[in-house]
Amino acid sequence: MIEFPIPEKNKRPLFALVDCNQFYVSCERVFQPYLEGKAVGVLSNNDGCLVALSPELKKLGVTRGMPAFKIKPLLKQHEIYLFSSNYTLYGDMSSRVMRVLSSFTSDIEIYSIDEAFLSFRGMENIDLIEYAQTIRQTVLKWTGIPVSIGIAPSKTLAKIANRVAKTYKGYNGVFNITDHPKTEKILSSIALEDVWGIGRKYSKKMKKIGLANAADLLYLENEWVKKNFTVVGLRTVLELKGYPCIELEQVTNNKKQIVSSRSFGKLCSNYEDIEQAMSYFCTTATERLRSQKSVARQLLVYVCTNPFRNDPQYANFMSGVLSDYSAYTPDFISLGKSMLKRIFKPNYLYKKCGIMISDIILEKNIQPNLFTLPYNEQSKSSIMQCIDTINTKYGTNKVFFASNGTKNNWSMKRDILSPQFTTCWAELPIAKD
Amino acid sequence: MAINNNSPWQMPFIGSLVPAGFPSPAQDYIEAVLDLNELLIQHPAATYFVRVEGYSMVDSGINPNDILIVDRSLEASDGKVIIAVLDGEFTVKRLHIDKNGNYFLVPENADYTPIKVTDEMGFSIWGVVTNVIHKL
Repeated sequence: MIEFPIPEKNKRPLFALVDCNQFYVSCERVFQPYLEGKAVGVLSNNDGCLVALSPELKKLGVTRGMPAFKIKPLLKQHEIYLFSSNYTLYGDMSSRVMRVLSSFTSDIEIYSIDEAFLSFRGMENIDLIEYAQTIRQTVLKWTGIPVSIGIAPSKTLAKIANRVAKTYKGYNGVFNITDHPKTEKILSSIALEDVWGIGRKYSKKMKKIGLANAADLLYLENEWVKKNFTVVGLRTVLELKGYPCIELEQVTNNKKQIVSSRSFGKLCSNYEDIEQAMSYFCTTATERLRSQKSVARQLLVYVCTNPFRNDPQYANFMSGVLSDYSAYTPDFISLGKSMLKRIFKPNYLYKKCGIMISDIILEKNIQPNLFTLPYNEQSKSSIMQCIDTINTKYGTNKVFFASNGTKNNWSMKRDILSPQFTTCWAELPIAKD
Repeated sequence: MAINNNSPWQMPFIGSLVPAGFPSPAQDYIEAVLDLNELLIQHPAATYFVRVEGYSMVDSGINPNDILIVDRSLEASDGKVIIAVLDGEFTVKRLHIDKNGNYFLVPENADYTPIKVTDEMGFSIWGVVTNVIHKL
């Protein structure tokens, strides 16, 4: 049995989880202020189902994950604003929020597009609620995005504290679980599947043996938990008990892999359509590669049919290596094409295609080779720079490779997309008279 | 499943001449390239660009189609040019706060009249305009 000495006060870790409130909806509202107080929803890829919704939309009985066609009848009766996912906008707003947070502490872990853990270690002596309120006000003022903050001695509890901050208006968006003498009471209101780190599988198993909510986990013997739910489950239980087991992960290294894939707007059986999609994915992935000043050598291509249909099923992938590290889009497109030709089989209805770029290194770390110039000294890199500059100035994909095609039969449905307010000169918000 | 990439050997062409002779006497004095971001943007995370429509601010040098640099982190005080939200839309005006704490949105064009802000207007301050980008 492992002993967990409780470190003395001020040396104990303390975490704050900052989570943006209905992040996608908030992003839309910053640049379209008429949406304030209105029922707003954001749809997933292909406008399939609802991924984010404002409280006003929730009140109409709409829930997260609801398919778009089910909301349609409501559109006639109520004033509802629906948007396609504008990932360019959300990505930019996310980096702004994270930048503001980083100005408060360098101990920050960007956990997802709309969440970050901050370390408050050693700050017990200041008024943490006040400090967190300052963070909240600053993020709101600088970016227009409202956030909630949960403070706790472990990351798992910080997640729960954040939920409390969001749920109960009285806390004004900040909740410090260490101020609360009855942690157990709070935990008893948290469903097992809502505890960070407990998956659907574990929560099912736990319910079977009579555990009902997060508070029930506090009384379990550590050894027993380890035996039944592995060390991962034990870690979660200890975290709930207030012993931090999960450190802040600050590795903000560049991506080791870049994935670009998408479900098609409608099923595709035509090779040309899929090749165009693959070529488009290579274009966006290499753009990202260049934006992190990196080059790569390995490419994986995959295709698959829709497993939820009764059609004949097929899925396959292939990976290949370029002769030199590169960030030149055509290098990846031509390698991708040669592989796609081998794995594509006619007469199947394909649902999805994607690519993954790996073996990524920084451009400046290219090992010089006796026979070829490194990528950053080739004209290839100037051509890419030129294309990137044009596309940043005039909008995504104003200049693209012919292999991407112009019809985009495969493309994602984004019929109700808002402008790229912050990343495209042609789509800036407008101030009227 | 690696496949061969049959790209031809590429031989580097040595394009630049081997430098010899005197180095430039100015070399030691080159410090940095001037960066407009540094001049115009104090708080990158809080800075946004907004396009101008209409003539209400022409006398302060803000013309239609100009791009405003807007800093949300700054406090809007009396006399600042601001982006305000009025009835759900953005507008650019000079902010005037009188002795009694009343807010006015003041256009800078004799053809327009100042707007007194009332509670029903759905008014909020979105950001402070710091610079105008005007194409000649």
